Amino acid sequence: MADQKLDVTYVAKLARLKLTEEEAQLFQEQLGHILQYADKLREVDVSEVETAAHAVPMFDVFREDEARAWFTPEEALSNAPRQANGLFIVTKVVE
Amino acid sequence: MTASSLPALNVAELQLLLRQREVSAPEVLSALHERIAEIDPAMGAYLSVDLEGALKLAEVADVNLPLGGVPVAIKDNINVAGQPCTCGSRILRDYRSTYDATVIRRLKDAGAIPFGKTNLDEFAMGSSTENSSVRTTANPWDLSRVAGGSSGGSAAAVAADEAFAALGSDTGGSVRQPASLTGIVGLKPTYGRVSRFGVTAFASSLDQVGPMTKNVRDAALLLNVLAGSDAQDSTSLKEAVPDYAALLGRDIRGLRLGVVKEHAGQGIDPEVKNVVAVAIDHLASLGAEIVEVSLPHTDYTVAVYYVLATAEASANLARFDGVRYGHRAERPQSLLDHYQRTRAEGFGPEVKRRIILGTYVLSSGYYDAYYARALKIRQLIRRDFARAFEQVDAVVSPTSPVPAWKMGGRQADPLQMYLADIFTIPANLTGICGISLPCGFGHSAGGERLPVGLQLLGKALDEARLLQVAYAYEQSTQWHQQRSSHSVGGVGEAASFPSLT
Repeated sequence: MADQKLDVTYVAKLARLKLTEEEAQLFQEQLGHILQYADKLREVDVSEVETAAHAVPMFDVFREDEARAWFTPEEALSNAPRQANGLFIVTKVVE
Repeated sequence: MTASSLPALNVAELQLLLRQREVSAPEVLSALHERIAEIDPAMGAYLSVDLEGALKLAEVADVNLPLGGVPVAIKDNINVAGQPCTCGSRILRDYRSTYDATVIRRLKDAGAIPFGKTNLDEFAMGSSTENSSVRTTANPWDLSRVAGGSSGGSAAAVAADEAFAALGSDTGGSVRQPASLTGIVGLKPTYGRVSRFGVTAFASSLDQVGPMTKNVRDAALLLNVLAGSDAQDSTSLKEAVPDYAALLGRDIRGLRLGVVKEHAGQGIDPEVKNVVAVAIDHLASLGAEIVEVSLPHTDYTVAVYYVLATAEASANLARFDGVRYGHRAERPQSLLDHYQRTRAEGFGPEVKRRIILGTYVLSSGYYDAYYARALKIRQLIRRDFARAFEQVDAVVSPTSPVPAWKMGGRQADPLQMYLADIFTIPANLTGICGISLPCGFGHSAGGERLPVGLQLLGKALDEARLLQVAYAYEQSTQWHQQRSSHSVGGVGEAASFPSLT
């Protein structure tokens, strides 16, 4: 079944998580176990069911595009790991 | 009434004293603060408490407002302006909220005083509060046992008289299950009844904020304030909010309550089973008609939930990237290294497991087999409940198949922990409302009494009906008056805190 195909290290990379070898080994086993359990979903006939992301019907909600008071720049930056001159300092993205 | 016994009051009792000017809001707050300082080192319910900030609100509190002068403890995944909001995670260890969640604004508008941020499983992921990166929370009935989760801090605070009432969040049972394990009342409102704005998202199609209280009336009083539409949450419902507290007290004669056929095989602890069976007999004696209903997809509930909840969580937690807020890894070698190490250092094991599982079930090649399929089975579960609610007014079951377990007892096997959510999860998957209330006790091997919770599930927006049944049950039994050994003046109190005797 599909769970044998779970490559924890690869999926962790997709999720932007660096795992230690111990974590990778442990999660491989635990998640394999959980996916094996989730395989029971295959027993159910879903051919007549439509996909919906919510339990109840949801509709787009629109509001007027009006300016209103919100965070000041100081507030927006108040939790920044690094900042200067009213800007977030980010990690270098070009060499 | 002495100051040290004030924290034993429930919300309705406290309001009476405040309105009669027997006590002032600042006096109440100071008494509660002393209680927390005394007992919380042993309980571990709180992550932060700001007496000074709360006193400012207390000094101007209008006690005639619906919750005027009443302190309410807040789960630490709900934003309160100026307070920490750690979500129990290292990644938000130093975070301070810059705004109030809508539920906090509503509490403040009603005169309540948000006071103290309570412990939780990291990002509300867990059933025991052991996944908090900060501390563990003890169960006030037996300090060696868990308080449940993920709102374990809120539950323990209320059960140990360290809070008059608290807010929790419920994604798969995180309000109801800890309420059950600590002998208090916990209500999960209908999806959309209460705004999610300012509540750190775990699984956006499942999350709801709910009250955790010492009795059913208090739950109704809080829901009166919390419920209502919000322009900041497009999933909030516009339906009018009834006065839930005013509707209490109607009898339940002729109401039909469903017992689920498929619940028989779900590994219920024998004592829990007996206690709940007696509770159902009692509801029948009050005039309710007990009807067997079938929910044919019960066996798939847990699997559907853990596929959908982890998928949504993996997307929601992508925002923790160490750029705008939260922890950032030192000296990143590249942007990828920045993200990977920031998140590896910031998240604990259960959060990592769920992010990986959620990423996997959404990934190309597995999306249809897991995520899309789980969404479809969710619709089948919803149909099951719709059919059941054609026959009955509410569905009755245990809240948790087991009473509180020993700390560390279930940490090694995540799947076993997940399976214990079987009775609470369907309310989140189907968007309906649910309540847990005390209905008796099981016992530990050592003879400690361990609370058992009765769960009632109602159809969407039928909170008034649930509260009606819960109130009728509560007022004709004494379970809600049983206080934990670590409540004010409790048995354990005398032993651990001789100064109070």
